[in-house]
Order: sequence, then structure tokens, then C-alpha cells
Amino acid sequence: MATRKTPETEAQTGANVSKEELLEYYREMLLIRRFEEKAGQLYGMGLIGGFCHLYIGQEAVVVGIEAATKEGDKRITSYRDHGHMLACGMDPKGVMAELTGREGGYSKGKGGSMHMFSKEKHFYGGHGIVGAQVPLGAGLAFSDKYKGNDNVTFAYFGDGAANQGQVYETYNMAELWDLPVIFVIENNQYAMGTSVKRSTKSQTLFGRGVAYGIPGEQVDGMDVLAVKAAAQKAVAHCRAGKGPYILEVMTYRYRGHSMSDPAKYRSREEVQKMRDERDAIEHVRDLLLTGGHATDDDLKAIDKDIKAVVNEAAEFAKESPEPALSELWTDIYA
Amino acid sequence: MATEILMPALSPTMEEGTLSKWLVKEGDDVKSGQIIAEIETDKATMEFEAVDEGTVGKILIPEGTSGVKVNTPIAVLVEEGESADDIKAPAPAAADAPKAEAAPAPAEAAAPVEIVSKASPDWPEGTPMKTITVREALREAMAEEMRADENVFLMGEEVAEYQGAYKISQGLLDEFGAKRVIDTPITEQGFTGIAVGAAFGGLRPIVEFMTFNFAMQAIDQIINSAAKTLYMSGGQMGAPMVFRGPNGAAARVGAQHSQDYAAWYASIPGLKVVMPYSASDAKGLLKTAIRDNNPVIFLENEILYGRSFEVPDLPDFTIPFGKARIWREGADVTLVSWGISVGHALEAADKLAALGISAEVIDLRTLRPIDYDTVLASVQKTNRAVIVEEGFPVGSLASYMASVIMERAFDYLDAPVLALTGKDVPMPYAANLEKLALITSDEIVEAVRKVTYR
Repeated sequence: MATRKTPETEAQTGANVSKEELLEYYREMLLIRRFEEKAGQLYGMGLIGGFCHLYIGQEAVVVGIEAATKEGDKRITSYRDHGHMLACGMDPKGVMAELTGREGGYSKGKGGSMHMFSKEKHFYGGHGIVGAQVPLGAGLAFSDKYKGNDNVTFAYFGDGAANQGQVYETYNMAELWDLPVIFVIENNQYAMGTSVKRSTKSQTLFGRGVAYGIPGEQVDGMDVLAVKAAAQKAVAHCRAGKGPYILEVMTYRYRGHSMSDPAKYRSREEVQKMRDERDAIEHVRDLLLTGGHATDDDLKAIDKDIKAVVNEAAEFAKESPEPALSELWTDIYA
Repeated sequence: MATEILMPALSPTMEEGTLSKWLVKEGDDVKSGQIIAEIETDKATMEFEAVDEGTVGKILIPEGTSGVKVNTPIAVLVEEGESADDIKAPAPAAADAPKAEAAPAPAEAAAPVEIVSKASPDWPEGTPMKTITVREALREAMAEEMRADENVFLMGEEVAEYQGAYKISQGLLDEFGAKRVIDTPITEQGFTGIAVGAAFGGLRPIVEFMTFNFAMQAIDQIINSAAKTLYMSGGQMGAPMVFRGPNGAAARVGAQHSQDYAAWYASIPGLKVVMPYSASDAKGLLKTAIRDNNPVIFLENEILYGRSFEVPDLPDFTIPFGKARIWREGADVTLVSWGISVGHALEAADKLAALGISAEVIDLRTLRPIDYDTVLASVQKTNRAVIVEEGFPVGSLASYMASVIMERAFDYLDAPVLALTGKDVPMPYAANLEKLALITSDEIVEAVRKVTYR
């Protein structure tokens, strides 16, 4: 049932992957990274307030997962949610304007970095209580099964949330009722400042699903092709009505837990090593260049395009007005 | 083009900091993501990463400088062929956001203003009536709404095969099947979260808690997920659903099974809260709750389940939220109550009548929204009010209602408003102590004698 990915699979070498596909992943991952860098900059300028959790380093997870979805599939995640929104096609302008707390944001400025939603893109938030999105995600899957369609829901959570009791309550019911939900554990090694080793003696997190009869596997989350291949397998399992599946995606966040994290729980060298040796964007860049799919100039042109998109989003987020004061009293009741 | 590097805000509250160390010098190439400086805030020393790429043209603030305000330019990056000398004076810091138009908060009317009661009959005169228990009324409400809307389903512990721990859902499994009447494992937080997610997904769940005491395991999902999502999503999605089950003290079940949560839930914007006393209210209000597009907390009472009341024999009978019921008209004092305490108030009104005191008894029925007008109109007539609540005294709805009456009908009052609640103790088990902890009709009589000076 449980398998561990061996390195150098076909997926990881990029064989049989089209140029268009690789370029698409490159673009999407780069958009997330540049967007997050810009968000960090706007936070530093005081344009974004409160808590702001950046996704830099983890881009291959959402881009790989989204590559296995179809229209109608749902996704829900925690407060580190900007990457998920961009990957499912939400408008960078609307996301950035929510970060700045403006009228043009996805929640009209009333949600903030941690609380954004899009009915149109089937993105169900943006939740700030660690682990709470997991039963909510199973509930979304419940609604699809109840209606009798073949949609699946991706419920993302981190290695920290993996120790919350409600996650296991949900595993139990998801398997009991064969809910079409894929639990995506984004194991970025640190729950705020507590490493996985300091929080559990479990060898793996996906392995805990065995107790409930849920199959799962560990995936190299710094390799978008490996993530996509694993996601396709999980999706096939779910759509066939076989119940939930767990993907433990091994990833790494380069930045702090939030903007106000002095990062004393890990060494600078550890972070630099991941950046130098395992960066997901550099990986695809190498595949594109060595495979003869693109030249340096082609990729520079993409970089420029992405920068323009992000700058446009930042400009929009600065220009969009604050919500009208009357908005304080709206959307409390439907 | 030269890019200024600004002193960053590194926490939600940081306004200035110390530039403790530069990790680059003028002339160095900088890559995006490279750590270029260490900055000390009031909380910690933080690493500061470059966002843009380029060459360090000039360091404007030397290391060791303290009190550097956020957004002050601290260095300049230049591109190939540029010189640091070309750099102009620092640009102004981040512009303030365009300001929105000011809008006044909803104004409260000042006393003294004649207030008109909203209370009106719930059914037309001459409607045929039938006598049923509160239990049967709740069951009829669920069955009728499940027949009308296939997106309505019931979920909870022992609701299906066991036929309900208190037999509220008796027969529903037979009629609607296991798809719509769902037994859950004993896992309140988990199944409540699943139900809220199902509501986000377009269904209309009814969650039965075996008692609201167990809902404390799930209160995060009720408040943070169900009640707040509509607001947090800017109106895009919410949770149309009902959380129901017995609330408050039953009989000698001890401290952990005997709490009244009305004041807790009634304090949360985004929730609606219902607490019926009679069978007709239980039925009419539960049907309204199931149709409502918001999360509704429906607080029942185990002792009331078996009591019989007259209920209109109509095919589709509902009662709107926010409309109090006047059970008994009176001239000398207003008794305001809800849930099982309405029974105590009615009993007290009988005893008071024997003493020659005429009490008006109001049942709020819904605690969010609250029908203040009916209460205030009554107080303007009787000039005295006693509020009766089962729950604890501190942070009670009774004390809030007393403050509203004081604020909006002060000039009409002939005595202080009294808030009568359960005692400020965990519920004891011993029969005599439990009786002492709960509100009684004799205590209500005493309170009324105090405010009527008789």
C-alpha cells in the first residue's frame, strides 16, 4: 500500500514530458515565487499588515497537484494560501489587493492574507486555525458524493496540523464513508519553529493513514513532475469511488513561518543548501535548458512577463481604495 | 534603474529598528533571496533578504544605527552601467491607502420614545389545533423540511439506527434512508467540521448534538468556520445549516452535562440562536431554521421534550425569527424569559396573581436576533422588569437585556431591572443542591415583590 519514491524516476528526469507542459510549470511556479517576494516587500513597506505566511520554496507542491485536477474539483488549505490561489487560477490582482486590505481584494478587504475564497475557482479558503480545514475539506467531498458527481477535494495541511486530533477524526470518517478527498500533507519540516523530529516519533506522516485503512505515499515535493504523477494516482483512486488517499509531499519553506520569524530553529546553511541543490524552479529550468526546449533568452522573456504581472498586481493592490466604512456591517448574515 | 532598499517592517507592530549588521558591501552583487542584513526589532534579530537583483551602489545607513524608521531607504541597488552618484534624493515612503468615505454606525434611538410591540398571533384565529409533544414537533419539522428539500440531511450520534438518543429522529431513517440520516462515530469536532464543509459545498445539514455540552468539542468549527466564513469571504460563501440538541440542565446529570450555552452562542455575530419553550414554537422555528441561509444554533431542553402543547394543524407552519411571544398579558411587571425558564415565569405569574400582582410574561424565543421592541413596549406599560435566565450570571443575556432596558426605557422605570439567573456554581449532583442552583418560580415571585415594593 505505502511506497516511498525512489529518486531518478522517469518523472523526475523529465523524459516524455512535453515542452509546453514544462514551460507551463515554470511559469506557474515563477509566478508564485515572484508574487510572494513582492508580498514580502509590500509587507516590509507596511502596505500589508498582520500575519503574512509566504509560500516560497513550496511552489512545486500546488503546481504539481493542480496539474492533476479537472473543472469541478475543490481545494481548501490553511493560512499559507497565496500559492494555492494562484495555482488554481485566481487573479493575482485580487489576491494582492486582499493582502493590502482593499476593496478590490477577493474578500473586499475583510478577510486578509489568511482568509480568501473563490466560489468560481472552487477555492474554499484560507483557514487560520491549524487543522480545521481538514474536516471542512472532507465535508466538501461529502457534498460531492451526496450529489453523485465525480469531483474530488484536495485538503491541504502541514506537518504541524498533522498532529491535531481532528485530522484523525476526519481520516476515520473519510474512509468509513469513502469520501473522495485527497489529504495533501505539505511536510515542510517545520511547524512554525518545531521540527518534525521534535514533534513526533512517527517515521512518516502518511503512514498514520494505515491505522484507518487509507493508502498513501511520500512524494518529492521539490519535483513538480513527481508531485503531478503522485497526484494523478491519488485522483484516479478517489474518482473510482475507492475513498480517500494521503500524499505526504516533502517540501521546504525558505522563508520564516510568518514575516516576524527570526528563524533561530535552523541554520542559514540548511536553508542555503536546499536553495542551491533542490530548488523546484531551478529543476524545471534545467530540464528546459538541457532538453533543448528553451534558451536562456526564452526564459528571461518569461521572467520579464511574470515580473510585469506581479508589478501590475502590486500597483492594483496599492491603488484599490480601502473598503467603504459601511462594509463593516455587511456579509454578517446571508 | 536604481532601486532603493527600504527599512522593512518585520512584525505586525514594528515601527523602527536597529540595523545591526550589513552582510554585503558597496560593489557586491546581490541575488533575489540573498540575506543582506541583520535587523534587530524589539522582539528578535531578523535576517533581511533582498527582493530585487543588482549591485549594491550605496549603503545609506551604516550598521549599528538604531532607531531606523520603517520605510527609510537604507541602501541603493544599481543595474549594470549605473553609478551610485546618479541616485536622487530618497523617494517618499509608501503612500497611504486611498481613504474610504466615512459612514455612520447604525444609530440607536434615544429614550423616551413610544415603542410598538412586534408580537402578533402566530396563526389565524379558527385554525384547527392538535396536541403534540415538543419531541413530536421537532420530528415533524425535520421530516417536513427533508421532504421539501433533498439537500437537507441529518447527522449525529445515534440519530439513525438507534432512532435518536432522545427519540427526536425516530422513524426518519425508515423514511429517508441512510444517505440522509447519518450515524456518526463519537467525534464531535470531526463530524461538525465535515457538516460545515458540506454546507460550504451547497448542502443544508442538520447536526444533532446528543447534548450541547458535547458541542464544546466542536465549538471552533461552529464559530470560526460556520459563523465567520460569510464575512471573511466578502459574502461569497457561508454555512446554511442547523446545530440542534438539548441544552441546559436535565435532572441530576452533574456539572459536565448541565450547562446552558445560550449566552455563549448569542454573543457571536454570524450565528442565529433559537431557544423554544412550546411545541408550536419548536416546530415553527425549526422549520424556519432549516430554511435559513445562515448557521442556526437551536437550543432544546430534555425536560421539555415530553411536554404536550397545542400546535396548529397546518401543512406548512413557520414562525419568523426575531418575534417574541406574549404568553400572558399583565399590568404591574414584565417577566422576560426563554426556553424552560418561560415555564417558571408562567408558574410565578399564577402565584403573583394570587397576591394581586399582574405579571406580563414574554418569551423571547430567538436570542439572535432579539425582539427588543416587544420587551420595551411592555416595560413602558408596566414600568418594571425581571429577566429570568437558566444560565450563569456573569456575562449573561439577562444582564445585557437589563442594560438595554435601562438605556432605552430609563424614564419609564419605577424600579431597578432585576436579572435572575442560575447560581454562580458548577451544577451539583445532590438533589437538594441541584434544586438550589436552578432558578425557581418562588425566586421569581420574590424578585417581583422587590421591584413592586409589595
